[in-house]
Amino acid sequence: MLRLDALTKTYKTGDKALKAVTLDVPFGQVVALIGPSGAGKSTLIRCINRLVEPTSGAVMLGDVDLTRLKPGALRRERRRMGMIFQEYALVERLTVMENVLSGRLGYVGFWRSATRRFPQKDVDEAFRLLDRVGLLHMADKRADQLSGGQRQRVGICRALIQDPALLLVDEPTASLDPKTSRQIMRLICELCAERGLAAIINIHDVALAQMFVARVIGLRFGEVVYDGAPDGLTPDKLTEIYGEEDWEATIEKVDDEAETGIEAAE
Amino acid sequence: MPVIETAKGPEWRLRNQREALTRWSFWLVGVVVFLWCWARISEATTWFFVWDAPSIAGDIFERATPPRWSYMDNLWLPIWDTLNIATLGTIGALILAVPVAFLAARNTTPSALFIRPIALLIIVSTRSINSLIWALLLIAIIGPGVFAGIVAIAIRSIGFCAKLLYEAIEEIDHTQVEAITATGASRWQVMVYGIVPQIMPAFAGISVFRWDINIRESTVLGLVGAGGIGLQLQASLNTLAWPQVSLILLVILAAVVLSEWVSAKVRGAII
Amino acid sequence: MNVTSTRDASPTLEEMVGTRWRRPPLVQRVWLRYALLIGFAAYLVAAIASVEVDWLRVYQGLDRGAAFVMAFAKPDFVSRADAIWNGMVESIVITVASSVVGILISIPIALGAARNIAPVPIYMICRGIIAVSRALQEIIVAILLVAIFGFGPLAGFLTLSFATIGFLSKLLAEDIESMDRSQAEAVRATGARWSQWIDYGVKPQVIPRLIGLSMYRVDINFRESAILGLVGAGGIGATLNTAFDRYEYDTAAAILLLIIGIVMALEYLSGLIRARVQ
Repeated sequence: MLRLDALTKTYKTGDKALKAVTLDVPFGQVVALIGPSGAGKSTLIRCINRLVEPTSGAVMLGDVDLTRLKPGALRRERRRMGMIFQEYALVERLTVMENVLSGRLGYVGFWRSATRRFPQKDVDEAFRLLDRVGLLHMADKRADQLSGGQRQRVGICRALIQDPALLLVDEPTASLDPKTSRQIMRLICELCAERGLAAIINIHDVALAQMFVARVIGLRFGEVVYDGAPDGLTPDKLTEIYGEEDWEATIEKVDDEAETGIEAAE
Repeated sequence: MPVIETAKGPEWRLRNQREALTRWSFWLVGVVVFLWCWARISEATTWFFVWDAPSIAGDIFERATPPRWSYMDNLWLPIWDTLNIATLGTIGALILAVPVAFLAARNTTPSALFIRPIALLIIVSTRSINSLIWALLLIAIIGPGVFAGIVAIAIRSIGFCAKLLYEAIEEIDHTQVEAITATGASRWQVMVYGIVPQIMPAFAGISVFRWDINIRESTVLGLVGAGGIGLQLQASLNTLAWPQVSLILLVILAAVVLSEWVSAKVRGAII
Repeated sequence: MNVTSTRDASPTLEEMVGTRWRRPPLVQRVWLRYALLIGFAAYLVAAIASVEVDWLRVYQGLDRGAAFVMAFAKPDFVSRADAIWNGMVESIVITVASSVVGILISIPIALGAARNIAPVPIYMICRGIIAVSRALQEIIVAILLVAIFGFGPLAGFLTLSFATIGFLSKLLAEDIESMDRSQAEAVRATGARWSQWIDYGVKPQVIPRLIGLSMYRVDINFRESAILGLVGAGGIGATLNTAFDRYEYDTAAAILLLIIGIVMALEYLSGLIRARVQ
């Protein structure tokens, strides 16, 4: 459904953030993108919805090449891609409800959105999503009164209310404590399964990635160096992605964390 | 570096010799410039009057007390005018300052090369010139009166408000804007949802702050004929009616203190 | 900010779906919200109604306005070069002298007005000086001083020095009050005397801010010095006033351009200096 074709990004400074990345994400698949800081994970995600303009290559969403779209058409396609951010990126001085409804901006005219008169259908959907993530009682609180985990849930609602086919998730857990991280990752993966969404999740926590997703892509210096199942990530592979380090500890940790994860789920 | 070898062994100094020398010469030049300035002021001063100043001041004080309270009846209308000049002037300035600020901020300007310099020029030129000078100019163009005062205050405040506002716009959190953009929102929707909520507190603070300043400024606009209580002040000064002058000064003082109190209260409530 | 009232338990999804949603209003109490709105609207109407505008006069003035705008295209620096030069020099002289004196006096007053340094009686006196200086408009002080000391730059110099004290002492005192306590305590713990404590514990923390504020005040003083002439307190204002009175827009434009130019140069300079000290 999403295909990247030789996607390249060279910044003005000359840094090559992405070197001809090619990959294919089928319907409903959740992919974790791992790699060290500066490997180009964030750039890759932002090149897909063109928050960062790619230098060359193609991004095919269905049959549409996003890189060739004019602003108006790009905005229409962006509605099909929900994005979730590392620092939540909620508009802090707006209420939770306004933040969720801002996901509908691409569908609603300017004056309707400026006067906050969203269609009842959207309002109901926002209530349902907030209820799903357990924040319905917070609907009229201002976003900056929420805790980190709560904010990320609102961010998830904002992405889902777009009714997307694809989720772009940029380090969803980097600012959260381990327990909340786990809950947020589980929530994202559950919601993807419920709605049959494909997702690309940037994540630096390898253990967390292995716990929840079916496919892992390793990025190093803007190139794909691993693409496969999470249990194929051997110490050798991790060394190739991240550089020399003692990986046994990490991998062991994965095992018992996976167990506690299951316990918590039950 | 700052350790100097002397006959008695190494000695520690804060600065080495060259640094110390530049510093001293810097101060020396400063003192010379100041003395020259003082000499020029002194040259242009009739010192005879200055030595006489205490007795003159005493004389004025004696004549100005007690204030002529009955004159208050003539002041209510000018006070109303003064308030209107400040308030309407501030509102006018804000309406004009908002677009200028968006054009001047690096992250919202449509063209950093052509439009931003023009916006910055508007900001600098309206800011550099005092409202009294704007009033002089407007009186020459559209005649004396309250309207000239309102326009003068409005023009003077554009630069001030736009400058503070565009700095606030440049400091907004970019990821919040990015998040709204990613939903497929249009340019104007991004403005309303991503940018405006972030600068609202700054905008409110700036408005009240400027209103407070404008109350002060509008009290003296009348000196050049632009309406408000300054007209009465000028008239009283011209006729050497010192008891009226002292009453007007008391009223101005009260207005200034009151407006500062109001602005502090409102700012406290908003932020 | 909205603190949700603790009514009964928050409504469930079934209750909320289908209900309209509106953004919670800024002012929660309904009557207060409408009272504020109506009050403000009523004030606006009354205020605008009370402003008498002679539109015919404004219309006739448009020509003169256009003439003035055109004058900016060809300002006349020459025909009154002497007056402009003398006025500008006087303005600059007043600016420099008043800034220096004002800054020197405002430092001790700022120390006295900082609650964490000064004993209460001194604090009250210094805060009083600041309040008086801030409450009195420059131009009014200038009028009084001209009446007392006679026409000339001395009155202007005294006016701006006085205004500088109020401005600088207040901001500086606030800065001293918010400085890092532990640094100052560390110096005091070494057994330093009061003067040494100020020199080593307090001074390094507030100097950058003092320099920044001083530069800003120099800028303000120059702008103010341009209007002191209107009331006879010296500077370029008198020349400007004459130019307006005689409808010599090209000379007035020249003076305004000079003022704008100098203010811009000062701002640039203060930007450089502030970047260096911080």
